Amino acid sequence: MNHETHNVTMVEAVNLALMSEMHRDESVIVLGEDIGTNGGVFRATVGLRESFGLKRVLDTPLAENMIAGLSIGMATQGLKPVAEIQFMGFIFPTMEQLICHAARMRNRTRGRLSCPMVIRAPFGGGIHAPEHHSESTEALLAHIPGIRVVIPSSPARAYGLLLAAIRNPDPVVFLEPKRIYRLSAQPVKDDGQALPLDTCFTLREGKDITLVSWGAMIKETLEAADTLKQQDIECEVIDVACMNPLDHDTILASVAKTGRCVVIHEAPKSCAVGAEISATIAERALLSLKAPVQRVTGYDTVMPYYKLEQQYMPNTADILAAVQTTLEFT
Amino acid sequence: MTQIYQGEIQLHRFLDEQGTPVAELPDWARQPEILQNYYRNMVLARQLDTKIIALQRTGQMGTYPSMLGAEAIDAVSGGLMKPEDVLVPYYRNHSLQIIRGAEILDVLNYWGGDERGNASSGYGEDFPNAVPIATQSLHATGVATAFKIRGEKRVAVSFCGDGATSKGDFLEALNLAGAWQLPVVFFVNNNQWAISIPRRIQCGAETLAQKGLGAGIRCEQIDGNDVIAIHEAMEGALKHARDGKGATLIEAISYRLSDHTTADDATRYRHNDELKAAWQKEPVKRLQNYLVANGWWDEVQEQAWLSEVQQIIQAQVDRYLEMDTQPVESIFDYLYADLPKALQEQRTSAVIKGMTGGPHHES
Repeated sequence: MNHETHNVTMVEAVNLALMSEMHRDESVIVLGEDIGTNGGVFRATVGLRESFGLKRVLDTPLAENMIAGLSIGMATQGLKPVAEIQFMGFIFPTMEQLICHAARMRNRTRGRLSCPMVIRAPFGGGIHAPEHHSESTEALLAHIPGIRVVIPSSPARAYGLLLAAIRNPDPVVFLEPKRIYRLSAQPVKDDGQALPLDTCFTLREGKDITLVSWGAMIKETLEAADTLKQQDIECEVIDVACMNPLDHDTILASVAKTGRCVVIHEAPKSCAVGAEISATIAERALLSLKAPVQRVTGYDTVMPYYKLEQQYMPNTADILAAVQTTLEFT
Repeated sequence: MTQIYQGEIQLHRFLDEQGTPVAELPDWARQPEILQNYYRNMVLARQLDTKIIALQRTGQMGTYPSMLGAEAIDAVSGGLMKPEDVLVPYYRNHSLQIIRGAEILDVLNYWGGDERGNASSGYGEDFPNAVPIATQSLHATGVATAFKIRGEKRVAVSFCGDGATSKGDFLEALNLAGAWQLPVVFFVNNNQWAISIPRRIQCGAETLAQKGLGAGIRCEQIDGNDVIAIHEAMEGALKHARDGKGATLIEAISYRLSDHTTADDATRYRHNDELKAAWQKEPVKRLQNYLVANGWWDEVQEQAWLSEVQQIIQAQVDRYLEMDTQPVESIFDYLYADLPKALQEQRTSAVIKGMTGGPHHES
């Protein structure tokens, strides 16, 4: 490792983190469908097989449940499997293995065995993908005690959070918002420095309103904040980053300061991570609030095929409208 | 037309239902030591099973799956697996777990609703019981993959019942083990019943062993009440795996002489005649007959061992009944390596509730 700074997109940052950690720790094993010779359908794992060989970069048969169960077995043996599920729409066969085994191995053996494993999956809409390739079901995963659910929103956070996920001694589901995989590049120093887990990132400080989001919707959230800035409205923008365990403290401290909050996510509205955040604000910060918390989300419907996906997904105008409602509340 | 594949499944049996040899015996089975050891462990398993059911019936044990009829499988597997191999059990391998180093107390604690039953160092790297059907088959492939990556001559041995062979996990595990030539043994205890579903409607194939043919792995069927057949199959499968030649699927034909668990009532779906017939083939008596016929076991030894076993079991049961309950905070303390900040309030609240018995709402 040469600590070089690379100008990389998010998917390249994922690759950089994998490459970096595989150099550093020989117990890291990358596995999944089409991740070896092909380098992954999004090229997140390109070059790994050439660098680390067949024993550390495993092209698996096509069975997602198998990939999860296999990873659990490897993890209990002290390896650190980093498995790719090709799209979040195909993560559901892994749920039994995640809930019944990965999430509870440490607990049920009182620490005798553990599962230091990562499951990576691209997720979210907006790329005109086929059916089952555009959903955002992070809340399903965040509801599992014992599993961390981490979502980056920039190349630098993808690099630092993926390193943290791999080094974490417990299972992590790492969801990569594929709409912003190649949106823009930013300089990322390949210094092996992990970012902290279980914490929100405050991307912008402001006194008037708190905007809470994660993943690809951070893009629209920042755009809305830019627009509002021109109207002298200062937004505090919080990237949740870790869906479970959730860093309530950062959000509550911000709401205590601004008194107003809009939560933005692509996933359906009901029983989502945004609902958890809103409920916690109601429980803990009611007297700070100058207006009800607004949620800007996808609908409680099946994700439409791509011709209607822009109708489904929240956009900058939706965020601005919710902010307006919040600011005008009396 | 060209025939490009032909498979066959062999059934292996050395002792008939009365314990009389029906095939040429391997050399080791002409000596008493190994077989006496198997027999002692089988008697212990049966006595322990009886004791645990009695504890359950008197409200001192949770729902428990009996191992009645599976004693030979566990005794032989426990005798042949090396300490460094990894057991990936289903939920009916209590005896095997004990032979491999767990205490009887651990088994009692597990079924008595205490996670510490999975925690003892006696298990080594072995997996805890898998209650969700067949999920453990995949863990065994993961353990075997780790062995293969590191170049270790160790074997992962996974158990399941006949019902589990219907599940995707089982078939996915066979498939992967074949594709990657993994050092793993899949042992199916075909005890004819998956709760109330008989073998004949579980699967349309003539044998369950032949599921290995589709995965390209070694597979065979054995009499699961015949310790010599189990020994030959397991020894061969372990050697095959250790030699780097890949996986084996063993289907052992046995019979679940008990209810599925203490919560089940098999008289609702199973004819008593069938059960009576099955008792004529059971493994403990069969081995006893063979030992006695060879002059390797007698009534004096039997009574002495029964008496010793009773004492061993009772001492462990006494410890079990005196166990303290874990503190409530233990449900938080092993969830993650370090307790996340987000859970600290809930933990505090649980501790207070545990001390006061009061409500546990957060501040």
